[in-house]
This record gives sequence, structure tokens and C-alpha cells, in this order.
Amino acid sequence: MNIFRFSSPQTFYPLAGRLVPVFAVLAAAFLAAGLYIGFFEAPTDAVQGEVYRIIHIHVAAAWMSMFIYLVMAFWSAIGLGLGTRLSFYMTQALAPTGALFCFIALWTGALWGRPTWGAYWVWDARLTSQLLLLFLYFGFIALTRSIEDPRRADKAGAIIALVGAVNVPIIYFSVKWWNTLHQGASVKPGGSSMASVMLWAMLLTALGCWFYSLAVTLTRARSIILERERHTDWASIEIARLGSK
Amino acid sequence: MKVFLAVLRRDLLLAWRARADLLVALSFFLIVASLFPFGVGADPNQLRAIGPGVVWVAALLAVLLALPRLFDKDFDSGVLEQLLLSPEPAVLWVAAKIAAHWLATGLPLVILSPLLGTMYRLEGVELGVLAGGLLLGTPILSLVGAIGAALTLGLRGAGSLLALLVLPLFVPVLVFGAGAVDAWGAGMGVSAQFSLLGGGLLGALALSPLACAAALRLAVE
Repeated sequence: MNIFRFSSPQTFYPLAGRLVPVFAVLAAAFLAAGLYIGFFEAPTDAVQGEVYRIIHIHVAAAWMSMFIYLVMAFWSAIGLGLGTRLSFYMTQALAPTGALFCFIALWTGALWGRPTWGAYWVWDARLTSQLLLLFLYFGFIALTRSIEDPRRADKAGAIIALVGAVNVPIIYFSVKWWNTLHQGASVKPGGSSMASVMLWAMLLTALGCWFYSLAVTLTRARSIILERERHTDWASIEIARLGSK
Repeated sequence: MKVFLAVLRRDLLLAWRARADLLVALSFFLIVASLFPFGVGADPNQLRAIGPGVVWVAALLAVLLALPRLFDKDFDSGVLEQLLLSPEPAVLWVAAKIAAHWLATGLPLVILSPLLGTMYRLEGVELGVLAGGLLLGTPILSLVGAIGAALTLGLRGAGSLLALLVLPLFVPVLVFGAGAVDAWGAGMGVSAQFSLLGGGLLGALALSPLACAAALRLAVE
């Protein structure tokens, strides 16, 4: 089977339609399992008490927010390099989910910071670079939404996503240089300072968030495909079919 | 190289003929930096502590304010389209336009910065470090900002969109630039910050004209 067949919006649309329910069910299952273990099975932390349990949402959201930006940069590069429309649709479908996770990571971070550090907001390296990442997402969304010519919007968005991706490590490094107050990263490859039950819960919620992103992004990509391909025969038939339901 | 010099000379001449605009941007820089003592009080120690940061943030905003002028007039008059149609490599004349823009709007900020530094009770070598940091940093701001200016060319609400796009990208420059003065004050030397700013400048020089040229093609298409 030639996988590149699915780079055409017409063949991708039904494929995405079949995958969305699968990913949605997986997301629900992993999130339910992860949150159950995180809230009921994982032991109380010796230092932080019950508050630490927010980690199961916080870390997964922070990971996703960074990972999604990388995926956006990847699709942008593919789109600019090969001129495939679908890559741009994917980039734009990913952005709101990335921004959402960025916001969740900041919000849960603030709620976690109040009891642990004594303040909702601390100007430390990771919080601050997460905030700047949120601004990068807002910038991308605002730019692609305010350009009326869709082809220009696609490519302009791809350029700013790539420029942002080059800058994310620089921003992170500079902000870390500027100030660091945060506890060291608690999940390291090889040795972990966390109980394995907590780690499991975190990995499960991370997987859940990952499948949630896939399901939501593909759903959004399907809408974008219909909107942008509405002049084609197959898309207008599909739109009429959806409209008559 | 001929096209680089020709565009550079033309843009500098145009900037000189519209020097009232440049004066406005420069006054903006001075006013923003002079506002802070009214808000936070005139305690000399506090002024010394916030001085480098305030001057840098004011410079950031002044660069941002001047950015739309980089391509706007040439876009409206069709010069940009002609330049893109010409056989000359776009990277060259884009670089020339950014260089001219920096000479007209960035360099005056660098020259005026010791004056503002003095108002914030910075002294001697600190003023030199402040100006030196701006000398390395403002070209990066112009180069990175030019990408944003090219992407938002001709859009509704381009100004605020431009701010949202480029200000997060300016943060590293701010951190190292203002950090250099603090590091000097703490007796740590500034070679680390200046090396990073220099490296950033080289990186921006290499990449920004490429991205700008691509963005300009989109705007004109």
C-alpha cells in the first residue's frame, strides 16, 4: 500500500473519519485509567502530600504542548518543501490543541505552585518559557486567521511556525539562564526519583492526551478539508450529505 | 553586491528625506524610558536596578514601532513587486533593506542609550556595556522583526499582530542584553552575554533574509 496516497485530501478525509472514533475511545480509556491510578492508587507524596497529584495532568499537558509545536514545525517544513496542501491543513488543525494544552499546563502549574511555592506565579524558567510558547501559538493562530487568501495564510503560518521552532530552544535556554527556581526534572531516562505507580499514571495520562490530540486534530482537519476543498465535486457531495442529515 | 549597495543607498536616502518619522520613533524610545520613574519612584538604587531592563524594553518597543515602515511604502508603490521580478537574488536586496532600516532606526537608539543610562544612574563602563549590548542586539531585533513585518504586510491590524508575532522572539535578546549590564555590575564580566548576542546576530544574518524573501513573495503573489 502506498502511504503517500493519503497525502491527497480526498483519500485522507475518509481515512481520518475512520480513525477518529478509534483514537477517541483510546483517549478516554487511557485518561480514565491514568487518572484512576493517579488519584486512587498512587501513594501520598512524603513531601508535598496530596497536592502533587496534579502532576498527572500537568506533566502530560506540558509534554503535549511542546510536542505539538514540533509536529506543527514538521508539517510546515513538509508543506513548504513539497507543496502539499494537507500538511498546511494539519498544521492549522494542530494549533488550537497545542494552545489548549499550553494553557492547561500553565493553569495547573499555577494551582500547584500556590501550595508548594506559596505563589500562583513564579518567574522561573519552565513557567516563563511555557508562557512564551503560548504566545507563539497565539501568534500562529492570529496570523493564519487574519490573512484572507488561504494559500498565503498556509505558507505564512508555516514560515512563522518554523521561525518559532528555531527559537523555542533559544528561548528556553535564555530563560533558564535568566532564572531558575524550579525543582529539577523528575522524569529522567534511566533513573527516576518517582514511585513507579506515579510514573505509570503519568505515562497513561500522557498517552491519553496524545490520543485525544490525534482525535481532535483529525476532526478539525476534516472540517478544514471540507471548507477548503468545497469547490471540488467530492467535497460538495459530502457537504450536501452532511447538510441533509 | 552592486544591488546591495544600490538598495542600501536608496533606502538610506528615503529615510533621510522622511527624517521626521525617524525622530518620532526616537522620541518614543526616550518617552517610554522616561515614564518608568514616574511609576516606580526615583529612588537611585531602584533606578540603577531597573535601568538596563527599562532601556532595553524601550528599545524593543521602538524597534517594533518602526518595523512596519520597512516594507510598507515599497509594497504600496509596487517597488517590492519590481524587485521580486528582477533577476537579482532577493536575499541580497532584502538584507540591504534591513541594513538600511537598522542604520536609520536602530543605530540612533544605540547612540542615545548612554544618555538614558545616565538618567538611571548607570556609570562609566556600565554605559559602554549597555550601548555595546544594544549595538549587537538591535540588529538581531531588526532582522527577526523583518520576518514578522514581511508576513503581516498589507494585513488589517498588522501592527498589533506584528507585536504578538515578534515580541516573544525578542525575549532572548532582552535577556542577554540587559543581563550583560547586570553581570558587569556584579563583577562577572560580559564575554558570555556578548558572545551569545554575537552568535545570535550571525545566525539571524544567515537565516532571516531567506525567511523574509519567502514571506515577501507570499505577500506580493
